[in-house]
Amino acid sequence: MKARIKFRKYGALRFIGHLDVMRFFQKVMRRADIPIAFTGGFSPHMIMSFASPLGIGLSSEGEYFDIELTRPIDSEEAVRRMNEACVEGIEVISFRQIREEKKMTGMTILAGADYLVNVSRGAMPEDWEERFRGFMAQPEIKVIKQTKRNEKEVDIRSQIFCWELRKEGIYLQLAAGSSQNLKPDLVMETFCRFLGISEEEVRFSYCRLEMYAYSEEGKDLVTLESLGWDMEGEGE
Amino acid sequence: MRKLALNDEILLSIEKPARYIGGEVNSVMKDAGKVDIRFAMCFPDVYEIGESHLGIKILYDMFNRREDVWCERVYSPWMDLDKVMREKDIPLFALESQDAVRDFDFLGITIQFEMCYTNILQILELSGIPLHACDRSEKDPIVIGGGPCAYNPEPLADFFDIFYIGEGETVYDELLDVYKKYKSAGKSRKEFLEAAAQIEGLYVPRFYDAEYHEDGTLRSFTPNNPNAPEKIKKQVVLEVTDAPYPMKPVVPFIKATQDRVVLEIQRGCIRGCRFCQAGMIYRPTRERNVERLKEYARAMLKNTGHEEISLSSLSSSDYSELKELVLFLIDEFKERGINISLPSLRIDAFSLDVMSKVQDVRKSSLTFAPEAGSQRMRDVINKGLTEEDILEGAGQAFEGGWTKVKLYFMLGLPTETEEDMKEIARLSDRVARRYYEIPKDQRQGKCQITASSSFFVPKPFTPFQWASMYTAEEYMRRASVVKQEFQEQLNRKSLRYNWHDAQVTVLEGVIARGDRRIAKVIERAYRLGCLFDSWTESFRNDLWMQAFEETGVDIGFYNLRERRPDELFPWDFIDTGVKKTFLYKEWERAMQGVVTPNCRMQCSGCGAAGFGGGVCYEGQN
Repeated sequence: MKARIKFRKYGALRFIGHLDVMRFFQKVMRRADIPIAFTGGFSPHMIMSFASPLGIGLSSEGEYFDIELTRPIDSEEAVRRMNEACVEGIEVISFRQIREEKKMTGMTILAGADYLVNVSRGAMPEDWEERFRGFMAQPEIKVIKQTKRNEKEVDIRSQIFCWELRKEGIYLQLAAGSSQNLKPDLVMETFCRFLGISEEEVRFSYCRLEMYAYSEEGKDLVTLESLGWDMEGEGE
Repeated sequence: MRKLALNDEILLSIEKPARYIGGEVNSVMKDAGKVDIRFAMCFPDVYEIGESHLGIKILYDMFNRREDVWCERVYSPWMDLDKVMREKDIPLFALESQDAVRDFDFLGITIQFEMCYTNILQILELSGIPLHACDRSEKDPIVIGGGPCAYNPEPLADFFDIFYIGEGETVYDELLDVYKKYKSAGKSRKEFLEAAAQIEGLYVPRFYDAEYHEDGTLRSFTPNNPNAPEKIKKQVVLEVTDAPYPMKPVVPFIKATQDRVVLEIQRGCIRGCRFCQAGMIYRPTRERNVERLKEYARAMLKNTGHEEISLSSLSSSDYSELKELVLFLIDEFKERGINISLPSLRIDAFSLDVMSKVQDVRKSSLTFAPEAGSQRMRDVINKGLTEEDILEGAGQAFEGGWTKVKLYFMLGLPTETEEDMKEIARLSDRVARRYYEIPKDQRQGKCQITASSSFFVPKPFTPFQWASMYTAEEYMRRASVVKQEFQEQLNRKSLRYNWHDAQVTVLEGVIARGDRRIAKVIERAYRLGCLFDSWTESFRNDLWMQAFEETGVDIGFYNLRERRPDELFPWDFIDTGVKKTFLYKEWERAMQGVVTPNCRMQCSGCGAAGFGGGVCYEGQN
């Protein structure tokens, strides 16, 4: 049986890289006695897969990973035990059962992610909000993207699903997943170039807010969390 | 939320920022306003190395059990951050509170190896604490050193206020109580140090004067303060089972060198190898109760979530309940996906059986430490292992499916001849021959025998403390003799030989048996830019040589000179319990190639029985 765990990552823990977060949760599983399943073989490892790695320095309100369970566990109980085994900077928000099919894991179905961007150092020009609207009003935003082998020109505008200038910062909903994946720093870098200011002048902080999959019906984005349901009882 | 000492921009610009943020699972947070003593515990190397050290974990736990003390951790900032901290004038901070070390009451530094000495100066300087103890003011922390290198503290004497000689579990409480009393009474640093000097095992270098003969050897070493005793007695915990042990060690976010639960099964070693300092200074051998260790294993695995557990001690095969403990660990934890990491064991039917249970035979290799190639040389160093043991053990392993063997040797041992050197290659070849005795259809291709040699460095408080060393060129010549002999061997294609660099050996030699006059070389080397000397990528032999030249210190005096039988050594004021007369007798026996039985076979009267416990009294209730 499969379960999906949603957690927050903030504060000092922003400086812990993806591989170390995985190691961290492997140890949390043991400390919290979560009945997680192992692979076979000579050196078995926990069956655990993360939806999308979060870069160093970013905080998040909505990180996800899926695990395989050997027996059911009460959702509320699991969240409580995991949080007791966590540290400041990582907080488990939910622990829900998900459908069994392989193609339903977070990594495969991931389609989009929300981010909130703020200026962390320096200042933007006074008219930046208007210019941001103008930036987004372009039909295409061509960017040279470095891949492992070569570089190619892509249109990132089509990968920006949604944006909003909010009181708490710039809200961006971006394509995420294996087919197309846009990182918020690339958007902001491109915007800075659009403004004609250098990367050194202004620095941004990024917070990932949520991650989405396409709903079964089609084109609506639904949160990864909403695809699961709480488990009850059978906790120790 | 905890505030970090380094801002986001710095943290994002350096390698592995997780080294500096603290906040790990089981790290201890307290209210700084509610404790009387703040103790910064430092391992002067990078986080991943320091965080793997058991001694610090024990003291961290022990100190934090006290409500009036908050002990925090400090490690060496890596070269990238070191640069930033100097540029931006950021003081060195402790991981837990992120507060500046210079505002602490104590800075404790564990001194595990000679090549970390420039890092000690880095810690002091980045903290903003004067390098020289005599320049420190009332507001500076008390800088206290401990660990194996504290058994010859003299090269570092100028930089420390106190050295703690021996095992930390005994008199730290007393020291902290005295400090609290003196602090609240508003007494001076000097008055406190005078009180500390009266506690057994504590050495306050400024209260002693060293005088030298014209030939440079030590003439006298005497207290200059009525509160300082003439001899400093090594501290030993007799009941190791009841000594504090950390049930909730810190679990680093990034992978430390030891990313596992460590069970210390015993202290000391019965073997008496004549080159080995640990085997002498940790006498008498004391075992931890096996039932207690089982409880510890359960609790520590639960509290850390580690997926691996290992055993720690010298010569683990000598632990009398080893079989019981290892079988328990396998039965209890193997099914739960916990790896059992075995220490190097004497190869026999039992160890091969457990090894095949806990590791993949095809991938793992077998380790032997003959230390010397010829039986003659092994007798000189009192290494009990015979060639028959090695070939027999390797043979059993080969028949059990192993194909890889690692052999560890030392070069440059006292009395070593060309023959002795060449025997390293020949012995390796005989191990390979033993493999090819197995019929072709029953073995799995070729075997792989990897021999490694390091150069021997004589250490204080060992029978070899009288031994002279060689020049770097001579060490390299010896390695090439071995290398050439490897080319001559029948199975040379199955043999590999690695040797260590000799430049570090020469420095270790000078520092290990150095005196107070070495301090200026260390300081000069540090000023010239030496740091992280134990890391190949940052070791700068040219700068060290420049430091010797500029300070006028002669390497030959420390390394190449014959030491007289009655020479007063800089470390002789420390009483380790093992008598100098015993060590000299062992030195003479070494010269005659006579072996000495181990502690369980027959007591050799080394003096450690004076502590009143351990192996010396086994079976005598």
